[in-house]
Amino acid sequence: MEEEAHLQAAEWAAEMVANNMAKSLITITNMSKSYELGGETVKALQEISLQINEGDFISIIGPSGSGKSTFMNMIGCLDQPDTGHYLLDNQEVNKLNDNQLAAIRNVKIGFIFQNFNLLGKLTALENTELPLVYRGLGTKERREIAMNCLGKVGLSDRLNHIPSQLSGGQQQRVAIARALAGNPPVLLADEPTGALDSRTSQEVLGMLKELNARGQTIILITHDLEVAKAASRVVRIHDGRLYEDGGVWLESERINEDGNKEYQNQ
Amino acid sequence: MNLRESMKMAIRSIKTNKMRAFLTMLGIIIGVASVIVLVSIGQGSSKSVKDQINGLGTNLLTVNITDTEAVVLTDEMVTELADLQGVSEVSPVVTGRVYAKNGSESAQVSMTGTNAAYSSVKDLELSQGRFLSDLDSELRLKNVVLGSDTAETLFGNGKAVGETFQIGGISYHVVGVLQSKGTSLGSSGDDVIIAPISTAKRALKSMAIGSVYVKAESEDMLTPAMYRIQGTLTSLFPNQSDNYSVSNQEDLMETMSSVSDTMTLMLGGIASISLLVGGIGIMNIMLVSVSERTKEIGIRKAIGADRKSILQQFLLEAVVLSSMGGLAGVVIGIGLAELVSATAGLTISLSFSITALAFLFSLFIGVIFGVFPANKASKLNPIQALRYE
Repeated sequence: MEEEAHLQAAEWAAEMVANNMAKSLITITNMSKSYELGGETVKALQEISLQINEGDFISIIGPSGSGKSTFMNMIGCLDQPDTGHYLLDNQEVNKLNDNQLAAIRNVKIGFIFQNFNLLGKLTALENTELPLVYRGLGTKERREIAMNCLGKVGLSDRLNHIPSQLSGGQQQRVAIARALAGNPPVLLADEPTGALDSRTSQEVLGMLKELNARGQTIILITHDLEVAKAASRVVRIHDGRLYEDGGVWLESERINEDGNKEYQNQ
Repeated sequence: MNLRESMKMAIRSIKTNKMRAFLTMLGIIIGVASVIVLVSIGQGSSKSVKDQINGLGTNLLTVNITDTEAVVLTDEMVTELADLQGVSEVSPVVTGRVYAKNGSESAQVSMTGTNAAYSSVKDLELSQGRFLSDLDSELRLKNVVLGSDTAETLFGNGKAVGETFQIGGISYHVVGVLQSKGTSLGSSGDDVIIAPISTAKRALKSMAIGSVYVKAESEDMLTPAMYRIQGTLTSLFPNQSDNYSVSNQEDLMETMSSVSDTMTLMLGGIASISLLVGGIGIMNIMLVSVSERTKEIGIRKAIGADRKSILQQFLLEAVVLSSMGGLAGVVIGIGLAELVSATAGLTISLSFSITALAFLFSLFIGVIFGVFPANKASKLNPIQALRYE
């Protein structure tokens, strides 16, 4: 029974891909995930389906505990769903092992984290190079691509600074350059402005918009509606379920909460 | 990710924590250095013993009499042994301790009574004067040859030949001084007085010949000569075979080298334990390093590092640490060994194979004790690792 359902879903997914061959980048069908927490089973994701096309700028908005982070881990190929299918760039992700997932992350996804997650002992240039190191590129080629990417985010004059010598905004720009270095089809930004003040936040969001305008697909995950509005499409996740048109849904009582603190508490 | 990149990362991470890296390496440095020093001392003493035994000549046979009352060798019997086919020279030996005196200088030394052949049988060399002659023995002259230490004790650094000294109130005349032969296993060959056998028998008040040194005509004749001597002794002293023994240098050498090999093995073993302890130190630090760098591992994994890359990075770091320690240990070990030989006067024997072995062992330890932490790092869950603060 179950197998049949899987088969059907796969067929359906394949059909969808066939219909939107040129456009569909991410197709998620009936994705569920639950985990044990203190002896209780938490249904973090329940039958989520989502399609993202090439060139989309989509925001996924939700309060803490909504399953937002779990969903991000799924999209980012850091975790695997219990049931459901995930097609990323025509590749079925939910059947891969750890090493294959690492390779997918390396090639298909560019991560931008809330806390930048740069390696503190490496320079901006070396941080940017890192995805290419794991791809096995030669030193010269790597350097060229990394310098080019740092140029795109306007940090050509900060190549040899280590993260502690850079401001928060600059660090996040290095992180964006690192995400771009691998030339991935998807940029996955998890609360990219969470640790920045409003002016630099606007700067970073502007940069993402600009990248999107040049055809880069971006997935932005946030709890902040104002940030989410930067995207052309907003979906809302709540209690493990996904709702389209998150922009219409306003959660006025949460608008002023401290996102950074909430994230750390997760 | 290729090996060169991992190597760069490993060296970089070691460089950022120099003090810690040095302390970690110290265990390996001490381990490798002590293996090299102790084994080279052990092998050096083994070598010097072997050299000394070899220096006696491989043609030498020794008849040892353990019970001199049951087995009394007479001069005629000794002549009989000397006439055997394959035997070139024979030296009967009477030994005992005497109190030698020259003015205010005195010494307790061992006296060896023997014949003129002794010097060629035992391969002795003189630094002054001459050795005993057959005439000295026949006429019971009180002419003696001194070991180098005895000569120095009794006569200082001056000329001993031609001088006289007293044993039990009787004057003895020095005709020669032996060249120094060095110390082996605590018994000095330089602390002796060699006298004609007839004179010694009287001085020691003993007629018993304790041992006979026999020189075979050639190395090939050694075994036949040994059998003939055994045969002769059996017919001379029936049913007394437990009270004397005939041995050649090879037997002696085997005994000696088995003793010194055991000693070397023991010293090496003790030193290897410290190397092992150094390895545990590396594992400890690598485990600390993995938990300190959990976040880094998470970031690397999110960016696309697979298990192999992470494993390789941490394993290489352990191997680089241990091999750097091993290399430093080799240098310090060789230096220390040379220092010991120069200052303590011990013979050392540095062998390339032991040095290489100690270094390779340190490398091996790096791999063995690096695998566990590296494996732990490679298996970290990227989600949890990223959340780690």
